[in-house]
Amino acid sequence: MKLSGAEILLEALRLEGVEEIFGYPGGAVLDIYDRLPFSSLKHYLTRHEQGAAHAADGYARVTGKVGVCFATSGPGATNLVTGLATAQIDSVPIVAFTGNVPTYMIGNDAFQEVDTVGITRPITKHNFLVKDVRDLADTIKKAFHIARTGRPGVVLVDLPKDVTRELTDFFEEEYKSPVQIRSYKPVLKGHPGQIKRAAKAIASAERPVLYIGGGVVSSGASELVVKMAEVANIPMVATLMGLTAVPGNHPYFFGMLGMHGTYAANMAVTDCDLLIAIGARFDDRVTGKLSEFAPNAKVIHIDVDSAEIGKNKPVDIPIVGDAKLVMEELLPEVEKQVSKNKEFLLSREKWLMKVKSWAERYPLYYEPSDRVIKPQFVIEKLCEVTKGDAIITTDVGQHQMWVAQYYKFRFPRQLVTSGGLGTMGFGVPAAVGAKVGRPDKTVFCISGDGSFQMNMQEIVTAVQYSIPIKVAIINNGFLGMVRQWQGIFYDKNYSQVHLDVQPDFVKLVEAMGGVGIRVEKPEDVEKALKEAMTINNRPVVIDFVVDREEDVFPMVPPGGVLHEMILPKYGKKKIKKAI
Amino acid sequence: MERPLHRKHVISVLVENQPGALARIIELFSSRGYNIESLNVGRTEDPTISRITMVAKGDEHTIEQIVKQLRRIIDVFKVRDLTDKKKLDRELLIVRINVDSNEKKEEVKRLVDIFGAQIVDLSQDTYTVELTGDEEQIDAFLELIKPLGIREMARTGRVAMVRALQGDTFDEK
Repeated sequence: MKLSGAEILLEALRLEGVEEIFGYPGGAVLDIYDRLPFSSLKHYLTRHEQGAAHAADGYARVTGKVGVCFATSGPGATNLVTGLATAQIDSVPIVAFTGNVPTYMIGNDAFQEVDTVGITRPITKHNFLVKDVRDLADTIKKAFHIARTGRPGVVLVDLPKDVTRELTDFFEEEYKSPVQIRSYKPVLKGHPGQIKRAAKAIASAERPVLYIGGGVVSSGASELVVKMAEVANIPMVATLMGLTAVPGNHPYFFGMLGMHGTYAANMAVTDCDLLIAIGARFDDRVTGKLSEFAPNAKVIHIDVDSAEIGKNKPVDIPIVGDAKLVMEELLPEVEKQVSKNKEFLLSREKWLMKVKSWAERYPLYYEPSDRVIKPQFVIEKLCEVTKGDAIITTDVGQHQMWVAQYYKFRFPRQLVTSGGLGTMGFGVPAAVGAKVGRPDKTVFCISGDGSFQMNMQEIVTAVQYSIPIKVAIINNGFLGMVRQWQGIFYDKNYSQVHLDVQPDFVKLVEAMGGVGIRVEKPEDVEKALKEAMTINNRPVVIDFVVDREEDVFPMVPPGGVLHEMILPKYGKKKIKKAI
Repeated sequence: MERPLHRKHVISVLVENQPGALARIIELFSSRGYNIESLNVGRTEDPTISRITMVAKGDEHTIEQIVKQLRRIIDVFKVRDLTDKKKLDRELLIVRINVDSNEKKEEVKRLVDIFGAQIVDLSQDTYTVELTGDEEQIDAFLELIKPLGIREMARTGRVAMVRALQGDTFDEK
């Protein structure tokens, strides 16, 4: 059957199981949008292409499916860039389609032409420029395959306008045949010898720690990791991206590690003799000064991307493979080893008690107030009101760290946050995508007054499609995290961080068609959150006016040593190693 | 602190012969700040596959990262560090030499003879010489003709293959 390129694209998306897409039309993609109403796809028109990319990202993070977004050529494509980079660095599977000028005009500096594949090369896992409609179906198939296999990532397909218009044969059966890319064969199964070595090391270590990254969430290895912690008495810590892998109230879980990690998590890593890194990439926000990160530990590193192993920290036992598949092999081995080494489990009890004592001695802490709203208090109340069951998206800054610290997550894929790139403006559009992907869940975006203003136009998208996302602005009238750094490292020289001139968020949201609520007193926090929970047909934004100069603690200065944290109880005075 | 040992590594890469593949490899070097000394691309016995031979300088950790990052590129089939392998390792030099006296002409002919080079073009006062050899041979040749006066030169980077005794380059991991 002869179909146009546009029709082939829409058919291929259907065959890939895509149901919802996010996008913004323009001249170069008109042939696609012309056929869109006749397809089975539900298209969400965002108010900015960046919003479309973040929405596809949020959708992919909560569903585990591939997110899809459309944009036109030139400015449409360049507006996607931040969104694609955000997804790529956090290993989120997205396939982005961009229009381009017709093939015969490529390179002519035509109207709305940019070198999209050139611009997006460094921020995608792979990208394609389709020059012939006969290659289109095969290219789309490859794009989805590359995006969702191995280490997931972003694939962009650039479609010149004539390619979407020309006709060629399309056979559904042919499309369904398996993908062959001879140069792309990700290693998914771990090496059996290395797995045995790892099991032995785990069973013989005195003070092991499980260091859980986002790979555990995306591969679905959560239960296996928790099981291993329980079988072998191992304390668990997680990166920001790994946070939802483990129930927040698990007795062996000690929270996030790193720059704003808990005292217990950072001390456990510093003191451990075996660090078991799973799907984590030793980011500088996690490790601080590398030479002092887990300084006395042997390191096991499980990662599907072999290039991550040994990139930042030398590794003793590398295992290349998908976290879930590796854990399926590793867990029985560990069980076998542990049953032989019962006495070790007893010594492990001591180790667990030690980590617990750190957690008890220096818990997360803030100075409560009945006069002014404390941001941490908002997150705690939110956790209570939503019973820890909401999907939380965040923007970037202090509020993001408070969410990481104070929201007790219960299930994987519950937190949608820009970890690697730290993209302000991510939260609201990501919430739109998350709610489209999981309409059964309450989706709460926690934002800052700075971040919210970066993509607040997507509230209108939520209004248009009656998507009842909820947004809590932690409004301190500052670019809070920048101000915190200026306060600590730049002698309180608060340069360009005041957001004194702000829109009236309540009126603004109402003008956009949503519900706006302002809360200025601690006693009104809970009521507002509960009220937001009752609104089910449109977005609601709560503007929490909070303590202006609250800082995020604990804090490890950038490039600092994990066990030298600035702790809240001690004001801003450093404490020395307290082991 | 002692600097880690930096040495030149010869890395051979087999890659899909399609647009964008080379750009991706070059992009990798610029975005990750690796130093690349030379890069050669050419077809192989399979017209759909190109072989890239690159010379990069760095410590062992950097070179390991380069190899691993190259392997991540979707179009890349195989990457191998040939540095410590027995290999055939060649560069091509084309150099136009000033020969404005008979002594110079004789000197160039003598050197061409010794090095197994060829005179491939001439004018009244220049010889153009072509030489194939490993990097050291070419450097030595250039050193010797430098006093005569080099008008213009072009040299490729290295191309390399392991010797047959070592088995086919890419069969083993």
